Amino acid sequence: MNRIPILKLRNLLLVTIQVDMHDQLALQLQDELTTRISETGARGVLIDISSLDIVDSFIGRMISNIAAMARVLDAKTVVVGMQPAVAITLVELGLTLPGVRTALNVDKGMAMLESATRESEDVQAVDASHTE
Amino acid sequence: MSAATNTVIPRILKTYEAELLDEWLREQPAGFRSSTKIKDGELRQQSAEFLSLLQQATQGGNITDVQGVSYERVRDLLGDISRSRGLQGFSPSETAMFVFSLKRPLFARIRKELATDADGLAAVMWSATELLDKLGLFTTEFYQKSREEVITRQQEELLELSTPVVKLWDGILALPMIGTLDSNRTQIVMEALLQRIVETGAEIAIIDITGVPTVDTLTAQHLLKTVTAARLMGADCIISGIRPQIAQTIVHLGVDLSAVTTKATLGDAFRRALEMTGQRNKLSRPSA
Repeated sequence: MNRIPILKLRNLLLVTIQVDMHDQLALQLQDELTTRISETGARGVLIDISSLDIVDSFIGRMISNIAAMARVLDAKTVVVGMQPAVAITLVELGLTLPGVRTALNVDKGMAMLESATRESEDVQAVDASHTE
Repeated sequence: MSAATNTVIPRILKTYEAELLDEWLREQPAGFRSSTKIKDGELRQQSAEFLSLLQQATQGGNITDVQGVSYERVRDLLGDISRSRGLQGFSPSETAMFVFSLKRPLFARIRKELATDADGLAAVMWSATELLDKLGLFTTEFYQKSREEVITRQQEELLELSTPVVKLWDGILALPMIGTLDSNRTQIVMEALLQRIVETGAEIAIIDITGVPTVDTLTAQHLLKTVTAARLMGADCIISGIRPQIAQTIVHLGVDLSAVTTKATLGDAFRRALEMTGQRNKLSRPSA
C-alpha cells in the first residue's frame, strides 16, 4: 500500500503527491495530514501536485477539502505545480478551490508560505506587545 | 441492356475520337474558351485526355458504374480538373459543364450510328446520358469536397494564428485575443496559455480582449474559466482591452468580474503587472 509522505520542514509541512491518487489514498492523506498539523503545530502546508496528471471529481474535492481542513487548523495552505490539464478539469468540474492559495512551483510556494506565516507572526507579536 | 448496346459507346468513342474532341471543344461553355483563366491548349489537352481515358474505361463494357475499377483513371483526371477549376475560380456548374457539354456531340454521333434502330438508339442514349450525368455529378461532388478541404484548413490555420501567447517581461505573459470567442477556441486558448505558464513560470498573464468584437455571457464565462484555471496553477490574470461598449454589456448582462483584475488598456494592465511582480522601477524612464 502506497503512502504519501508528509515531511516537516521547520514550521511547515511538505506533502508531495508522487503516485497516482486513488480514493483510499486521498482519505488516508486527509487523516494523516490533519493529525500531523495538530501534532506539530505547523503554520503552513505545502501540497505539491506537479506529478498528478489525472484528477476526477472526488480527488478534486479531496484536494479542496484537505486545504480547507488545514486552514481550519490555522495552517496556511498552498497548492503548487498544478498541471494545465488538471487545472482545466477542475474548472470544468466547477471545483475552483476558493480560498486556496496556489503557486507555480515549490520555490514560489515556499516564498509565499514564508511571507504569509511571517506576517501572521508579526501580527501576533504586535498583539502580544499590546496585551502586555 | 444487350451486349451490343454496351459496345456502341466505346466504339463510337474510339472511331470518332478526333471529331468528338473538336465538336466537344466548340460546345464547352463560352467562359472556358474565351476566358483568360484557362488556356485553349490546356483545355484541349484535358478534353483529349478525358476522351481517351473514357474510351479505355468503357472498353470493358462497363458504362454505368463510374465507381468501378475501370473508371479509376477517369475519376482521378476529373478530380484533378475540378480541383484546378475550383482554384481558378470557376463556379461548380461551370466545372460540371465540362462533362455535360460532351452530351451533344456524343448524342449526335450515336444518332447517326443507330439511325435505323430506334429501340437500340433509345437504350444507348439512356446509358450514355446516365454515364455522363454520373461523371458530371462526380465532378461537382469533388469540387465541393476540395472547397470544404480549403475551408477546414483555413479554419485550423485561423485557430492557430489567433492564439499567440507573448512573453512581455520576466514573469509576465500576454495573450492578445482576436475574433469571436467560442467554446472551441477558448479551449485552445486556455491550453496554450496554461502550457506557456508552465514553460515560462510566469506569475501574471494579461488577457487582452481588444480584438474580441462582442462579449456575451458565454464569452464571459469562458474568460472566467481561463482565469480560474490559471489561478489554480498559481498565476494571476488581468483582463485588459475592455472597450466602453463591452463594459456596458458586461454590467447589463450581470456578469460578475469582480474576482478578476480588469484594466481598460494593455498598457495599464502591463503597469499593474509590473507592480505586482515588484518590477515597477525597472520600467521608469530616465526623464521621469
